[in-house]
Amino acid sequence: MDTTQGTPAMMDDTLTLPRAADGAPRIDCRNIKVFYGEAQAIHDVSMTFPDRAVTALIGPSGCGKSTFLRCLNRMNDTIENCRVEGEILMDGENINDEDVDPVLLRSRVGMVFQKPNPFPKSIYDNIAYGPRIHGLANGREDLDAIVEKSLRRAGLWEEVKDRLTAPGTSLSGGQQQRLCIARAIAVQPEVILMDEPCSALDPIATARIEELIDELRNRYCIVIVTHSMQQAARVSQRTAFFHLGNLVEMGDTNQIFTNPREKRTEDYITGRFG
Amino acid sequence: MLQQLGQLPMGWLLIALIAVFGSAAFFMGRVRAERLLVSTTSRMHSRPNYHGYYVAMWATVPVVLVAMAYAIFAEDLTRSQLTRELPSSFARLSPVELQSYLESVRMAAGTAASAGADRVFQAITNRYLELRGLVNTGTLVLLGLLAAGGIFFAQRRLQPNFRARAFVENGMQFVLFLCAGVAVATTAGIVLSLLYESLLFFQKVSAWDFLTGTRWNAQTEAEFGALPLFFGTFMIALIAMLVAAPIGLFSAIFLSEYASPRARAWIKPILEILAGIPTVVYGFFALLVVAPGIRTAAIWFNETAIRFGLASEPILAAQPTSALAAGLVMGIMVIPFVSSLSDDVINAVPQTLRDAAYALGATKSETVKQVVVPAALPGIIAALLLAVSRAIGETMIVVMAAGKSARISMDPTSDLTTITVQIVSLMTGETGFDDPKTLSAFALGLVLFIVTLAFNVVALRVVKKYREKYD
Repeated sequence: MDTTQGTPAMMDDTLTLPRAADGAPRIDCRNIKVFYGEAQAIHDVSMTFPDRAVTALIGPSGCGKSTFLRCLNRMNDTIENCRVEGEILMDGENINDEDVDPVLLRSRVGMVFQKPNPFPKSIYDNIAYGPRIHGLANGREDLDAIVEKSLRRAGLWEEVKDRLTAPGTSLSGGQQQRLCIARAIAVQPEVILMDEPCSALDPIATARIEELIDELRNRYCIVIVTHSMQQAARVSQRTAFFHLGNLVEMGDTNQIFTNPREKRTEDYITGRFG
Repeated sequence: MLQQLGQLPMGWLLIALIAVFGSAAFFMGRVRAERLLVSTTSRMHSRPNYHGYYVAMWATVPVVLVAMAYAIFAEDLTRSQLTRELPSSFARLSPVELQSYLESVRMAAGTAASAGADRVFQAITNRYLELRGLVNTGTLVLLGLLAAGGIFFAQRRLQPNFRARAFVENGMQFVLFLCAGVAVATTAGIVLSLLYESLLFFQKVSAWDFLTGTRWNAQTEAEFGALPLFFGTFMIALIAMLVAAPIGLFSAIFLSEYASPRARAWIKPILEILAGIPTVVYGFFALLVVAPGIRTAAIWFNETAIRFGLASEPILAAQPTSALAAGLVMGIMVIPFVSSLSDDVINAVPQTLRDAAYALGATKSETVKQVVVPAALPGIIAALLLAVSRAIGETMIVVMAAGKSARISMDPTSDLTTITVQIVSLMTGETGFDDPKTLSAFALGLVLFIVTLAFNVVALRVVKKYREKYD
């Protein structure tokens, strides 16, 4: 399943990011269990995410795929009475450790949400927000460069370069979502999590985002939750099927969609439930 | 007989009659509609209940109108007829004397206690009762006829395809419209009367002198320069907002972003109790606790300054009532207005925005400072404006704790007076309504109304704009 074919030439890149050795997993999850109060939402899930590839999490509503995704940048910390057990290793370090600062972790693991959620600030300030709070830019010119590069990578630069001071909320839904992706990229993450990023968008905007994901996978480890099996098949190289809080099957996307090992996976993919 | 009719408790009787006519008409209409339902082969347009309501409306609406006319005109009608029949000796009474005589007749008639009075008075009272009896009887007969006629007319119109529902729905809409209209009309009436009396005032005192004059002495001399009052109002509202804005806003942020649901469930109602304390209570708190404390502190400050040679005479006025005392307590009073509204708008900031900030690695305080508060800012500003208009219009605290000296002084320990305080002192006690002294209160009221209205309008517009953004 080599996946380097057909990607457009990337722009000049001066950001140097730490890399896992090619083929080595970027994230290694071991025995993850998630509880909301008494109720267990995730049952003992172990899986790995390869670097520079897109992994899709699919499954029927309520199967725990979004909850699992939110473990990867400890966003579940912000939900009261939510408890996560198990180890999640990034660069050999367990991010669930007491002494890992979620603030620093989240600067390494970006996230894009279901509904586009730009801040009620200008387009420029939306992108500059992350670099500013993390002190990534030395001076105005540097910040300008980061903003431009992030917008270029998100394929939004040409559309907004003349109105960077316009509010982010004035953009169309698809543009807003690309703005949110640019905002996530601006803090130079290693991993990008996407929680159904196209579910609020029309087919044309969806196609643009999917193109973008395909370009981004050359640099990042991307994990995407999606309800659309066509989308999973189009953008991902690896696919994991969740059902009732369990990881049912995980494998190369081609194999999952053409030759699933599990009966439940086959039933879901062929539309018999969910 | 007529005299006894004149003593009927017409108010209760009318209400009872309307209720009886209404329910009787309702059942008659419904029964008739149900019969139609059985006998007809086609579908009824409206449910039987609507036919009932339809008949009831015909039975009650004209009756209610007549009852209202009775309430307004019956007494006048009786009196004017009685005046015409009075002996000629009454002609030399002035209109005021005549009215007060007739009023005592009415009182005597109401209690039937005219025994012991002179014969003329007794005769007039009896005649009054007779006339009143005539009016009452006429009204009751008219009511009965109207109700019966209404029921008869409405009953005849009931058909299977009669659109009773549409009629009733329109009628309901009209009733609701009338109720809303009462509120609007009242507001308009208040504004118009304010305007009218203010115009009378401005015929005697020029508006320019009123708005820019610096000497106010309405009670004793005719000096109507209201600038010191505007200054006092502004000063005290400013002190109040200096207290209420930070405390209210920060407690709102604590409640909505940091407090656990348990703490929130406790703190929020307690904070809102502040809004329920009568302002009189705040007033004597300000007068008896805060003002003396401020005075003591100011005197100590003066003495210390003199002792260390920093001043040769007292710097602060240190008066027993002061702008600072009134402002501080008023600030505490408006805290819940700021905190409760701000809390609502902060809660209305979508969770997705907080998630976005957290996902970028923002800390909690960064998220609050840079994302949540800016997003809620229009609503917070609106909350502050509403609190300001509340502070400007507040009366009781300043009446008790701010003092009565109309002066322009930046010293917060000196006593100041406000628009509301002056209105109170102008309108209490002996007043004549054509006196510029009294009329000036209306002009002050008009200024107060315009200022608070402006604040409210701006605040509501800001809130509306903010709502459009997130819905």
